[in-house]
Amino acid sequence: MESIKTYFLLALADLRSQMQHKASFVLGAVGNFCATIIDFLGIWTLFASFGALDGWTLAQIAVLYGVINLSFSIAEAVGRGFDLFAGMVKSGDFDRVLLRLRGTLFQVLSSRLELTRLGRFAQGAGVLILGIAAQPQGMSAGQLGLLLLCILGGVALFLGLLMMQAALCFWTVESLEAFNVLTYGGVTMAGYPLSVYRSWFRRFFLYVVPLGCLNYLPAAVLFGKDLPYPAFTAYLAPVAGGLFLLLGALVWQLGVRHYRSAGA
Amino acid sequence: MEHIISVRDLCVHFTVRKKGKTMFSPREKTVVRALDGVSFDIAPGEFVGYIGPNGAGKSTTIKCLSGILTPTGGHIAVLGRVPWEERVRHVADIGVVFGQRTQLWWDLPVEDSFELLRDIYKLDRGEYERTKARLVEAIDIGELLRTPVRQLSLGQRMRCDLVASLLHRPKILFLDEPTIGLDAVSKLNMRGFVKELNEKEGTTVLLTTHDMDDVETLCRRLLLIGHGKKLMDGTVDDLRRMAGTKRVLKATVGEGKVTLPAGAVLTAHEGRRIEVAFDPEALPADKLVLHLASTAGLTDMQVVAAPLDETVAALYRRMAEVEA
Repeated sequence: MESIKTYFLLALADLRSQMQHKASFVLGAVGNFCATIIDFLGIWTLFASFGALDGWTLAQIAVLYGVINLSFSIAEAVGRGFDLFAGMVKSGDFDRVLLRLRGTLFQVLSSRLELTRLGRFAQGAGVLILGIAAQPQGMSAGQLGLLLLCILGGVALFLGLLMMQAALCFWTVESLEAFNVLTYGGVTMAGYPLSVYRSWFRRFFLYVVPLGCLNYLPAAVLFGKDLPYPAFTAYLAPVAGGLFLLLGALVWQLGVRHYRSAGA
Repeated sequence: MEHIISVRDLCVHFTVRKKGKTMFSPREKTVVRALDGVSFDIAPGEFVGYIGPNGAGKSTTIKCLSGILTPTGGHIAVLGRVPWEERVRHVADIGVVFGQRTQLWWDLPVEDSFELLRDIYKLDRGEYERTKARLVEAIDIGELLRTPVRQLSLGQRMRCDLVASLLHRPKILFLDEPTIGLDAVSKLNMRGFVKELNEKEGTTVLLTTHDMDDVETLCRRLLLIGHGKKLMDGTVDDLRRMAGTKRVLKATVGEGKVTLPAGAVLTAHEGRRIEVAFDPEALPADKLVLHLASTAGLTDMQVVAAPLDETVAALYRRMAEVEA
């Protein structure tokens, strides 16, 4: 509890510095909204010409898309400190983190709260609400609860990815672009049902980076699609996000240990 | 507790990879021994100067002592703890000031940084307010509290950084070149405060610096390191003795060419004024004075202790020659 208070104090301090450039902040948020809504407009156009995708309606796809974008926007806003972490290592500011009486993960997490990502959050939330409203038979409270679980699991998974990406800075400060394939690429990928992809690709996003567990599996069960898995797995699947976060934290700790013995 | 800091055979080796000539040729690996078997003990309440030329391993030692760096070998106990094994508990008892880097929040007013540190270090509100009030008054930063850090001058920032490092009332203070870039007044203030902190509160201080005035006014004990090894552990006088050139003769001589006996070095010559460095153990003062009086004539003379700066410069040069 006490740490949560400290988190908000630190994040607020960062926001206050960001707010010294208000115009840049507003433009950043609007730009983020515009850049991401184009993705969904693309999907919309696709449906205008084809009508359905592998048996999924536009409303169902909107739910897939909304869940993953909401997750990613929250993780990006909260975990932006990990995104900027290479700079922290280069400037030597990470030494300062090691000198303070808090865990390293906590300090990097609280170093930045990027509210310009509200742009993606707003469009993800909008698309999700429209998608839910457009379901012909409506959705029950339990089903909505599952979607909430999926969003939380997604936040955890993306945070885990950001942590791994940041931890790599301990070994190399060069070209971390490869991870964008998993984050930005992962968001675009998971905006479509996993069943449209080739099987090795499907397996990768179910078992290695389990993005599919966070929107496709649960949504498929919700919408009554045929799956080779029993229905209860849909409710367990979001837990994969939490496990992935733990893995990210583990890689992070390894990185910190390496940094402290190599002095980077 | 007899020793507050105990360092045994401290070794830090870095592996540096040089890029090969082409993309495919194997990369050369060289091992740099930043610290190569350094040992020392520090008792509670001591004020120790840690000196040596650039690249000698000073900052590396501070990093090990503060828990940032895990050494390749050897052992450290600070307040009975191994810094890199119990980092979080360890940092509660130490304060660190890096002269080149601030630990304050760049865009925030100084006071807000202090507030954040209060929260990070989980300090009791009442005790924090008392400590802060005392430090703010002693270091005289009252008018700076509402100023954003980025608008502070270097000297002002250093003072604020010093306060920040002491808010949690650490038992040990590590100062890494705290007077670098400060003007004369700020330096004096800084020294006065740190001296008082050491004397009145009994805070143990380890200071790395290139400023020999810092060393002379503050440090009762000096540790000299070079090329990763401890070269001396003693007082300022020991350092002078080690460097050899202990005295400087400042004299006004008559017209004509100045010749010197063996063992004397002419360090300045301006018109009729000369400065001669010599070591009284090798060349007694009477011989030097008699020689000058009989060859050049002596109008006026004064013998002073050699400035520590020059003494240390001479010592560092010799260390570099030995290495070469």
